Amino acid sequence: MRAVIAEDSLLLRIGVVKVLEAAGFEMCAQVADAEGLLAAVEEHRPDIAVVDVRMPPGFTDEGVRAALVIRRQYPRTAVLLLSQYVEERYAADLLAANTSGVGYLLKQRVADVEEFAEAVRRVAAGGTALDPQVVAQLLVRRHSDPLDRLTTREREVLELMAGGRSNSGVAAELVVSESAVAKHINSIFTKLDLPKADADHRRVLAVLRFLGVATA
Amino acid sequence: MQLTTWLQLVLGRPFRRAGHRTALVAAGLPLHLAVVPLWLWLLGTMAALVPAVTPLPVLLTLVALPVLLTLVVTPLLTVGQRRRYRALVGKDLPRPAVPGPGRNWKSAVRRLTARALWRQVCYHAVAGPLLAVLDLAVLAVWAAALVAASIYVWSWALPPQWRVTDLGYTTQAAYITAGGLALLFLGPRLTGALVRLDTRAAEVLLGPSRTEKLTRRVADLAESRAGVLDAADAERRRIERDLHDGAQQRLVSLAVNLGLARATLGDLPEDARKVIDEAHREAKEAIAELNNLVRGLHPAVLEDRGLDAALSGVAARLPIPVRVAVDLPQRPSPTVEAVAYFVVSEALTNVVKHAQATRADVTVDRIGETLLVVVADDGAGGADLAAADGGTGLSGLAKRVASVDGTFSCRSPAGGPTVITVELPCAP
Repeated sequence: MRAVIAEDSLLLRIGVVKVLEAAGFEMCAQVADAEGLLAAVEEHRPDIAVVDVRMPPGFTDEGVRAALVIRRQYPRTAVLLLSQYVEERYAADLLAANTSGVGYLLKQRVADVEEFAEAVRRVAAGGTALDPQVVAQLLVRRHSDPLDRLTTREREVLELMAGGRSNSGVAAELVVSESAVAKHINSIFTKLDLPKADADHRRVLAVLRFLGVATA
Repeated sequence: MQLTTWLQLVLGRPFRRAGHRTALVAAGLPLHLAVVPLWLWLLGTMAALVPAVTPLPVLLTLVALPVLLTLVVTPLLTVGQRRRYRALVGKDLPRPAVPGPGRNWKSAVRRLTARALWRQVCYHAVAGPLLAVLDLAVLAVWAAALVAASIYVWSWALPPQWRVTDLGYTTQAAYITAGGLALLFLGPRLTGALVRLDTRAAEVLLGPSRTEKLTRRVADLAESRAGVLDAADAERRRIERDLHDGAQQRLVSLAVNLGLARATLGDLPEDARKVIDEAHREAKEAIAELNNLVRGLHPAVLEDRGLDAALSGVAARLPIPVRVAVDLPQRPSPTVEAVAYFVVSEALTNVVKHAQATRADVTVDRIGETLLVVVADDGAGGADLAAADGGTGLSGLAKRVASVDGTFSCRSPAGGPTVITVELPCAP
């Protein structure tokens, strides 16, 4: 898998590159701003771009805007956003356009080397990776209604599912069997009145649509 | 050394600036006397005319003319007085506010009925003549002092019948000289006293009234307070940015390196691995703590996306469910936004810390020119406004709200629920 990184902090850029190279990614380019990122993606057409949200010159949401451009113009390149803080608004911007091949994680998740590499692989393969904190924010906005009918365990499963995990990923995280996870998921889909979906990606889409961020 | 100091005290100090002050008094005389002819005219008219005989229009004209002329010359004289002070003692008399700028009859009427104009008339027509008398007296003292003190210099030039004796020393002339010297010493003191009196009168009658001064002061203070608040906010943003670009990035990079060490150094002895694990965990906790601290300062998302996004972020990090409803057609000013954010995030922190609540509710609405922020929880109640909590307790919140002229109320009966209501004024 080939990757491009856009991050203005040199220290962190080196860190991410080390982690990805250790995980077997081939780094095509390392840039420090949105302009350089778009040029690098145009040139290398990587499988994934790992992008910082706040970059020069404005240090606001340049990364989000660049990510949207990349997803529109180069559909074969997935985008994983990294941010000091996750804000569900940025996530909503990103997910409103499409939920496949996008990810949005806190910068500090890079420190959990294996999990981070796993998330990058998932996104590059067309999946989704959302930080638990983003999911928590999405749930805050929908505090009423059917969510209250979920049990605590079902809620945990829903949050992990919204973050883009597969059944086995959820099972590993909660230390339960995969069949137990499947049972919880069925019950969640019933309670929230969601269409049954088998594929990971379509399942995430359903959940995100329920949380009011994904449109089509 | 001591002798020179003493000499300076006796001779130098009184005479310092005496020249300027005397010039001020001398220049004041014609200005103070300017309205007197008009008054004499008016009084003369009133005395000379018998109302029963003179036709009414003539009488009115003759009475009204000097009054009108007084009104016409008043602004000119005021300008003259200001110039006198600026030119001779370098003092700028404060100006009253100009009522009714413009050239239409409405603003002319407003100028005529303005208190400031009549205070000026008072100065030129009443205080002026009285001050003129004092001006004359002081100038006379100076003249007499100079003439008398220097009698030996010019007495030889007097015609013989005026002279008491021949040229040379006479007892009388010595007395006159001594008297002159005494007057010379008195001169500066009298001048100083008169200048003080004149200045006081000019400030009171030609300057702004007390109400105007207070109004101006309040406006100045409001402006400077707004400046201080904006500066404090800007400073918070700067600190946030510095931490983000510095310490936070370094910590993340440290955690990443430790994570890599953990993952790649498989053949380490057990205790070394433990140390690395521990350091990795500590670094991640430090990042989380620093993130929370920075969020309390001024989160970037508040600047980029406004209250709604920032508050949902706060709510999501709390261990209890919080409903956030923000309904703002347009964004308030950054300062008001920052205060609203601070109030909600601190109030929610307090809820988690003290209230034993199971849920909380945050609503932010704009009603006319007021931002209404309500934070409610279903906790134990009994929140105390007086409890000091290092500036983040309720009293700290109240202070922060007061700094932008907002109102803060907290209703928290024992047994709950607690409702904090904050109203923040925001300009349309």
